[in-house]
Amino acid sequence: MSAVQQYIDLYHSQQNLIADHSSPVMNALRDEAVALLESRGLPTLKDEEFRRTDIESLYAPDYGLNLGRVNIEINPYEVFRCDVPNLSTLLYFVVNDTFYAQAQPAAGKLPEGVLAGSLCEMAKQYPQLVARYYGRAADMKRDGTVALNTAFAQDGFFLYIPDGVVVEKPIQLVNILRGNVDFMVNRRLLIVVGKGAQAKLLVCDHSDESSVRFLASQVCEIFVDDDAVFDYYDMEESSENTAKVASVFVRQGARSNVLVNGIVLHNGVTRSNYYSTFDGEHAELSLCGMGIVDKEQSVDTYTFIDHAVSHCHSNELFKYVLNDSARGSFCGRILVRHGAQKTEAYQGNKNLCASPQAKMYTKPQLEIYADDVKCSHGATVGQLDQNALFYMRSRGIPEAEARMLLMFAFTNDVIEQVRLDALKDRLRQLVEKRFRGELAKCSGCQACR
Amino acid sequence: MLKITDLHASINGKEILKGINLVVKPGEVHAIMGPNGSGKSTLSAVLTGHPAYEVTRGSVEFYGKDLLALSPEDRSHEGLFLSFQYPVEIPGVSMVNFMRTAVNEQRKYRGLEPLSATDFLKLMREKRAIVELDNKLASRSVNEGFSGGEKKRNEIFQMAMLEPRLSILDETDSGLDIDALRIVAGGVNKLKSEKNATIVITHYQRLLDYIAPDFVHVLYKGRIVKSGGPELALELEERGYDWIKKELGEI
Repeated sequence: MSAVQQYIDLYHSQQNLIADHSSPVMNALRDEAVALLESRGLPTLKDEEFRRTDIESLYAPDYGLNLGRVNIEINPYEVFRCDVPNLSTLLYFVVNDTFYAQAQPAAGKLPEGVLAGSLCEMAKQYPQLVARYYGRAADMKRDGTVALNTAFAQDGFFLYIPDGVVVEKPIQLVNILRGNVDFMVNRRLLIVVGKGAQAKLLVCDHSDESSVRFLASQVCEIFVDDDAVFDYYDMEESSENTAKVASVFVRQGARSNVLVNGIVLHNGVTRSNYYSTFDGEHAELSLCGMGIVDKEQSVDTYTFIDHAVSHCHSNELFKYVLNDSARGSFCGRILVRHGAQKTEAYQGNKNLCASPQAKMYTKPQLEIYADDVKCSHGATVGQLDQNALFYMRSRGIPEAEARMLLMFAFTNDVIEQVRLDALKDRLRQLVEKRFRGELAKCSGCQACR
Repeated sequence: MLKITDLHASINGKEILKGINLVVKPGEVHAIMGPNGSGKSTLSAVLTGHPAYEVTRGSVEFYGKDLLALSPEDRSHEGLFLSFQYPVEIPGVSMVNFMRTAVNEQRKYRGLEPLSATDFLKLMREKRAIVELDNKLASRSVNEGFSGGEKKRNEIFQMAMLEPRLSILDETDSGLDIDALRIVAGGVNKLKSEKNATIVITHYQRLLDYIAPDFVHVLYKGRIVKSGGPELALELEERGYDWIKKELGEI
């Protein structure tokens, strides 16, 4: 049986259970999603965009799914205590793929009109609002993993910022994976930022320390309306037995400004897709990310920025540090459509292979159909600068420390992109700890226990 | 303090140093001169432990210790310092962080507690003044975007911070204008004491006008072929190296 067939069979046998524990808005897309899954299947290594991550093998194990929404005994505050210190956030939790309603900020902490909480519940309470956006950005035809997520996702997180509302405090969502058997979760995030509104969301992924395998599928849709400003930080600090397949879809209105920063501090196998479309002119996107991978870990990023209209500006920078036998891949596609004049699109992917066994694949793809644009791309794969290493050692800095400083320096410009000072400081600490090898497990959960 | 005996070293199988003998005592300033390609920079690289060079024969004693058995970082901790001919730019590593790590690693080696942030910044300020290094440079990445003169001043600043027992100045005068040369040489002289020693590697007499050597050695084809007092440098300036080649019977 192919990897995908077990999901198709599961869906047909549990269709009612899935629907009963979700909302009509989410249920409405399931049949189409499964039909797509049946006709197209999951991506394989033969698909050009998936050559570096064997999606089928990630989906092949017989994972448990919590379709009946059985409560998982957990106190998220206990699992996740230190979060980002000195950063006061509005904190929410999703445990596996269920929103954790018992722990969330008091309603009065949010500006009026802002909705934040369980996607399933919000879809029941505000069906028209959610239906206007749910599944509208996440193109199921993109690849089978999006279709599969749409077929099975029952809950997740919903954030709605009405027109003109500025949420000063960063909003933080902590995803926790926990299970006693090999486990699959299908999470869904839906974010709507109204005209002229502003917000910042930090999403952290943590895995419980256990020997079971996790597969986390996450689809995140972000709608940023005209003149709005939105920051999306995605930080993974999971475990070596966690596989994550995540897609982020961004739609941007005119003059909007969006920052997406995807950081992989610790993981098993991570495949991230970032799709972004400019729907209105004079919008700006900063898409960046970094990853530190070692041992047998793997990180694979695909980005697609669609300059559909003129006068938009995108700036892309991804940096990876690979050690031991780690694998990395970056494929960045930028499409400047016919008539999208005065586009500015810059892409950079820089990678450091700190060991001879580490491997990095990088592939910039610029497709330009307009003639009055400024675009550039640069991809590098290199080793640590031996001259710099010797220089530092000659000043008494031990080799291991010198290597650490150089690797840290390498990732620094991605951290510099963060527009939240407290998070920036925290990230520096986390990255330094990671390079010192102190973060064998996720420190957010473990260090403070 | 330093005793080099019959030192042979090669890079990629090519022998560059072919039997160097040199003794340096505390308080002394030695100048090593010689034509291009004679092995001057190789000598400094070998002494500081550059991994590209292989020592094939001979020994180097530093205060009784086998210097060649030590890692580059431990040679530094023992009090050896090289002012690089081409200081390396390290983007993303701030001078402050770099220097604090270096100073504290040295203290750790000597069994001392790390300096507090305040004490460290005070020390930086004090030492910066010796070479008139701008505070702005101290907060930037190591050598990144520094002019030639600033890089060399930064080397001497690091020397001041680490207080070595033996400093090797490798072509510290190259790329310096007169003013920068005076500042750099002034810094070196301020740091001079009876307890430490300096090896000045240079092409020209010019630097030796500012840093007065006690001994001058001529390095040629991997060997010290002539040694003398300060007057030897003046003679070289006047007559070039050909007369030495003649003495060796090469011309």
